[in-house]
Amino acid sequence: MLISRILKNDRGGQVFLAILTLVTILVPVLNLAVPADSPLHVSTYTLTLLGKYLTYALLAVAVDLVWGYLGILSLGHGAFFALGGYAMGMYLMRQIGDRGVYGNPDLPDFMVFLNWQELPWFWQGFDMFWFAMLMVMLVPGLLAFVFGWLAFRSRVTGVYLSIITQALTYALLLAFYRNEMGFGGNNGLTDFKDILGFNLQADSTRVGLFIASAVALALGYLACRYIMNSRLGRVAVAIRDAEDRTRFIGYRVEHVKLWIFTFSAILAGIAGALYVPQVGIINPGEFSPLNSIELVVWVAVGGRATLYGAVLGAIVVNYGKTYFTAALPDFWLFALGALFILVTLLLPHGIVGLLRKKEKVQ
Amino acid sequence: MRPVLANEQHRHGSRALGFLVALCLLLTMSAAVYAQQSPGPLDEAYQLLISKSLKDKQKAVTLIAESGDPISEPLLRTLMEGDLYYEEAAQRFVAGERRGKEYALRALSDGSELGTVPRKAVSKVRTNNAVRKQIREVLATLTLKSADPDVRLRAVNELIDANNDNLGAVMRPLLETENNAKVSAALQTGIALSELQHGEAQQRLEAIDSLSGSLNQTVRNTLRRIADNESEAPELRTAAADALQSIAGRIEFYGHLETLFFGLSLGSVLVLAAIGLAITFGVMGVINMAHGELIMLGAYTTYLIQQAMPGATGWSLLLAIPAAFMVSGAVGILIERGIIRFLYGRPLETLLATFGVSLILQQLVRTLISPQNVPVSNPSWMSGSWQINSVLSLTYNRLYIFIFCLIVFTALYLILRKTRLGLQVRAVSQNRAMARAMGVRSARVDAMTFGLGAGIAGVAGVALSQLTNVGPNLGQAYIIDSFMVVVFGGVGNLFGTLVAGLSLGVANKVMEPWAGAVLAKILVLVFIILFIQKRPRGLFPQKGRAAGN
Repeated sequence: MLISRILKNDRGGQVFLAILTLVTILVPVLNLAVPADSPLHVSTYTLTLLGKYLTYALLAVAVDLVWGYLGILSLGHGAFFALGGYAMGMYLMRQIGDRGVYGNPDLPDFMVFLNWQELPWFWQGFDMFWFAMLMVMLVPGLLAFVFGWLAFRSRVTGVYLSIITQALTYALLLAFYRNEMGFGGNNGLTDFKDILGFNLQADSTRVGLFIASAVALALGYLACRYIMNSRLGRVAVAIRDAEDRTRFIGYRVEHVKLWIFTFSAILAGIAGALYVPQVGIINPGEFSPLNSIELVVWVAVGGRATLYGAVLGAIVVNYGKTYFTAALPDFWLFALGALFILVTLLLPHGIVGLLRKKEKVQ
Repeated sequence: MRPVLANEQHRHGSRALGFLVALCLLLTMSAAVYAQQSPGPLDEAYQLLISKSLKDKQKAVTLIAESGDPISEPLLRTLMEGDLYYEEAAQRFVAGERRGKEYALRALSDGSELGTVPRKAVSKVRTNNAVRKQIREVLATLTLKSADPDVRLRAVNELIDANNDNLGAVMRPLLETENNAKVSAALQTGIALSELQHGEAQQRLEAIDSLSGSLNQTVRNTLRRIADNESEAPELRTAAADALQSIAGRIEFYGHLETLFFGLSLGSVLVLAAIGLAITFGVMGVINMAHGELIMLGAYTTYLIQQAMPGATGWSLLLAIPAAFMVSGAVGILIERGIIRFLYGRPLETLLATFGVSLILQQLVRTLISPQNVPVSNPSWMSGSWQINSVLSLTYNRLYIFIFCLIVFTALYLILRKTRLGLQVRAVSQNRAMARAMGVRSARVDAMTFGLGAGIAGVAGVALSQLTNVGPNLGQAYIIDSFMVVVFGGVGNLFGTLVAGLSLGVANKVMEPWAGAVLAKILVLVFIILFIQKRPRGLFPQKGRAAGN
């Protein structure tokens, strides 16, 4: 009932959710039920890859929410993604228990290696799943809230905001590289064994994570669409198009920005938390400014301010990346660079814009 | 002991024969040698030195010392250490070291390797205690009386460090004839140090007084010994402790000075990296994420020019400055004409498109040159350091880059203030429509301005190639810092960029000792993020109607 109301005027969204539902049902079936020698079989590798794309898609939706609808070009959303990932990684680390290389039941391997005697205070509680999940949302959300509160209140906008978000993720990159931070330094967190008691290497767990990612993406999409259909969403679009005018009409621009920015950061954190168990590692490289800016191009390729365009862009660009980095490794950065230039010059509305134009012509 | 001696004797015998042969050769060849170089006092000394008579050798030492020839010091020193050999075939004196059955030879003048020769090819110049004592005395006065004040200073400092009992006695006569201020000061320090240890009570107090500013390690140690020694007079001990404290204060002062220098040096690098951006971003309002890659192109230009003209590192570096300006400037104009001009007024799109350019440029360098770092060498005048005193020394490369940064800044400032292009740039950036109405070709001005900013980035690359590794990622390392500097300083303000860059550099270096390099950097970033909240337009915001967007 609620879903149909949210999607009432959103044909793209209907199509997207239909495809997503189909994929979510079909891919696990083809993976588990179809024998491995059949041409229809989907390997666990492909399934995990698709699961990874889905988490990227959720991240792209989060970016589209602030960039497409609010006009905030965040070059630091990778930081929220990585923070969510680290929170999940810490839970997974604690689940290893005494199965690590050093067999210490209380301390993760890297802490034993660094000669730490006891678990730091900020690692307390991460052995409980519910607490870790709370942190997955709370840490990125809190950072975004504080950052946004400072930035929007003093009316930092446009490229200035982009640059300081980039500085934010860069500062976190440097910080997480430090061993003293207690997050595994350069190597990050890895060697995970199981999640909620299920073995991470098992096919069934992979399928479960895939489905969880798909559900998170669907719910994230619906939530974003719901917000954008609401009054808050219409004010957000007004802010994007004429910030000063909206302020003079009497809306509290900074409050709107702050809530949507924080919500977007939480979505990014959830995406990161689903990403980590599927790829099996989280390290400071996820904070690198390049990652954050790359995900902006996913949204640009797909088409801004459509939400499903962001999903499309994330999947298309990442499929291209997976394909080219294997087939023509030198070519990929040329292709990515050209993508940045061509999309901004020739395709300001992305692939979705291209499809829509065709529709109109017909 | 016996067998060794016998062996020695045996060798003497065989060498006596060899010596006779050598003498004959010498006599026949001396005519040829003399035809090439006029006979000097050294030649006579050399003849005496190969003589077996120790009297002759002593005479030779005197002659060599009196010759004043630069070779005399290493020659005598080697002789004293028993490493001086005479190579018969080449008729020259060399420093030798026995390696098994062979001797490894080195030139006396510069210590360069001369290869190894069989044992028979060289004969050792023997000395005895008398000769060695004579050499030691001669050497001390030789260096203390050297014409070069730096050599004298070094000799005096060596004597102070040795801290012999006769320190004062040796130095007092020298002080009377000394005319170099630095050497005089060092001599006075030495005399005071001697008085401090061997003088009367009053003399010692005065000595402490005059030593209280000295940074010399021996002086500090001596003072510390006196201050800690309970058998010394209490007033002497307190005086020594006070002197030590004032010395510690001075050392701390020089430490701060050094930190300041490091900070300014880091700051000048930041300014160099950011100043091109101050033009493209600050004046034109264009976000150029490929700015770092333009710096990288400048560094690679330096590398390629060095490869093209090996052996002329200094000249190639000077040549690289205009070349890098042209290369990066041309690439910049290409970017502006090809991409950016379609995106004016859409800063976020410009940011993304130029980021694409930066990826392509990086990959281009990886594909065409190498994914690894390339070696860029420093010319000799860039290496080494300027030793101001025993606790403060400034490395030349950082010093030159600081000066270079100021030159680039001044040049850019003059271009913007005093040239026609600069006038047009400012006009277009303040009011494009009005400038066009006045006949300024704004499209051309845009291209030239962007080219100027890009070219300056290339010049910065030349400087950076002398400090850091040159690789495809060089630009990425500086892009965020550069933006921080420009935003911190205030967009559209060159002076703001200079002040911001230098102060961020100093702040970074001041924090480094207690926070560590990485944490200091993080703190600076956090500080800027907070600062922008407070003053979104930077340290020196543009004022007036032009400032509005």
